[in-house]
Amino acid sequence: MAEITCREALNQALREEMERDSSIFILGEDVGLYEGSFKVTKGLLAKFGEKRVLDTPIAEAGIVGLACGAAMAGLRPIAELMTVNFAIVAMDQIFNHVAVASYMFGGQVRVPLTIRAPGGAGHQLGAQHSHSLEALFAHCPGLRVVVPSVPADAKGLLKSAIRSDDPVLFLEHEGLYGVKGEVPEGEHLVPLGRADIKRSGRDVTLVTLSRMVYVCLEAAEQLAKEGIDAEVVDLRGLNPLDMTTVLASLRKTRRAVTVEESWLSFGWGGEIVARIMEQGFDDLDAPVLRVGGADVPMPYNKHLEKSAIPDAARVAARVMELF
Amino acid sequence: MKEKSPRELLEPRDLLAIYRDMVRIREFEESCPKLYSQGKMGGFLHLYSGQEAVGVGVAHAMHREDYMVSAYREHGLIMAKGAEPKYVMAELFGKATGVSRGKGGSMHMFDADLRFMGGYGIVGGHLPLAVGVGYAILYRESDEVVVCLFGDGATNQGVFHEAMNMAALYRVPVVFVCENNGYGIGTSVVRASSLDQLYKKSCAYETPGLKVDGMDVLAVYEAVRQAVHKARSGEGPTYIEAITYRFRGHSISDPGTYRSEQEKKIWQERDPIPNFAAFLVQAGHFTKQELAAVDGEEQELIKAAIRFAEESPDPDPEELWTDLYVE
Ligand SMILES: Cc1ncc(C[n+]2csc(CCOP(=O)(O)OP(=O)(O)O)c2C)c(N)n1
Repeated sequence: MAEITCREALNQALREEMERDSSIFILGEDVGLYEGSFKVTKGLLAKFGEKRVLDTPIAEAGIVGLACGAAMAGLRPIAELMTVNFAIVAMDQIFNHVAVASYMFGGQVRVPLTIRAPGGAGHQLGAQHSHSLEALFAHCPGLRVVVPSVPADAKGLLKSAIRSDDPVLFLEHEGLYGVKGEVPEGEHLVPLGRADIKRSGRDVTLVTLSRMVYVCLEAAEQLAKEGIDAEVVDLRGLNPLDMTTVLASLRKTRRAVTVEESWLSFGWGGEIVARIMEQGFDDLDAPVLRVGGADVPMPYNKHLEKSAIPDAARVAARVMELF
Repeated sequence: MKEKSPRELLEPRDLLAIYRDMVRIREFEESCPKLYSQGKMGGFLHLYSGQEAVGVGVAHAMHREDYMVSAYREHGLIMAKGAEPKYVMAELFGKATGVSRGKGGSMHMFDADLRFMGGYGIVGGHLPLAVGVGYAILYRESDEVVVCLFGDGATNQGVFHEAMNMAALYRVPVVFVCENNGYGIGTSVVRASSLDQLYKKSCAYETPGLKVDGMDVLAVYEAVRQAVHKARSGEGPTYIEAITYRFRGHSISDPGTYRSEQEKKIWQERDPIPNFAAFLVQAGHFTKQELAAVDGEEQELIKAAIRFAEESPDPDPEELWTDLYVE
């Protein structure tokens, strides 16, 4: 198996799916000639031409709306939003059109649309370019929310997202594009809605996704030195949400901490805690704790920014509270 | 009576101030890439080199109490509005002494005293804010004006059209200045806008639209001066498209390979600073030596700004939690 970056894995997925299905087209700002602001669409314009790799104006509502209409009319668009913060400009289209069309029209129409958007903090980009908004989309029924962490998942999940007949928000982390890992060549599909155990352990379950997977793995190493064996569950997405894996892990470890990069308040960690209370209360030896980002707009200063995002030490410290 | 031209309106000391402001901004911006590569700043860094004639022309056509609102390529604009380079540099360093106290960074500078109402990172997002500032002026029946600067890319956002319509509808004292530098990141205007004569976009809103040479500081000054005057007299908004060019990539991480060397060279020859200097010398206002002295002073000023930024403290860790809610 080849070792490639997340960026290359995503590019492979796009290329292979476009080769397979001629109804797929890509649209977005700078996706064509410029080959994507994070270079995920590299080489695609040259290979597939302008009809299938469409450079758009800076008009997110227009991009998502156009893609939604095209999807309703039988195409399979992949819209790239330069970052997830700009998805908010298209929020009316996403929430009031993309998410509801199938249901509102009694199942007569499907919206097989994939919206790719990078996000996440860590590059001092300030309050309008740094947030992780997966919980926001997960709140809205009708949208699939997929969030990969490793290159193999990035490829396999993106292929499944593109093939899904539901609209999918495919959220990438800017800090992970350069991360390398082994990726199967060709047909490699990871089904949506299945969590993955990135490290198995006996004493505590860390429920997480995206870049925080790496933070949790690092925390697990620190905890190992304290004699605590942590299991790291990578949700790989929020809708569908794989509680089966979380609950199975909990039965083994009897303790859990959720770890998210985004704002803690009203975040997805709270949802996981609620579901554990409803479905796994008897397996708990301790309350479920949460770790999340500071509930503030992201500051620019690098020390302040760092302190606003969970790191391994913080996760480890929170876990220690359970013992 | 014939209108006076800017060459007649402006005293030599005004002309020198205009020259000085342009040089200051260029010196400031050109000092940044090195500091960035040394890790002194982070985030995105969108430099203004090449576009100085627009910001400086605009600022000199406004009063001090008039408002300015802009996008993220705004270091030059806030300095043109009067901010001292040291506070702008400190913001780039993320320091507590910065114009946004280290919390905003390159894209989000603000100076309430100078009525510089912010740099914003969502393309087009600040246009309705400018209309709102203008509405506040109307509401208070005062005679200030707001000037809103944005790139060519912003004119393709829906919010551009909403803002234009509302500004005209309520006769808000706003001057929209589109800095058309030919590109939105790597996409040229002609590939992004069905209409490439962007000044015509205002015609749907019965708002006068005009085009001006954005490499000629006096041309910008004159167009904005008239628009500001109209806005102040209750005649409502004007939309000005300034044709300009950014000499560097979109941001520090963009090599800008989508533009040909030939194209860059043509625009370099139109560099607003040496051209304005040549005009000042030719018209007999100043000697080359006098202008060189200004260049030297501005270089020193920027060096001092860098020292100030370096020596300034980081925000206190507690600042993570301040400013979110009123205490
Ligand atoms: C709503 C939104 N979409 C996309 C972006 C990413 N982006 C940042 S700058 C830029 C290009 C803007 O070009 P223009 O408005 O012409 O201004 P210029 O950079 O040329 O000054 C883009 C697409 C953004 N910041 N906001």
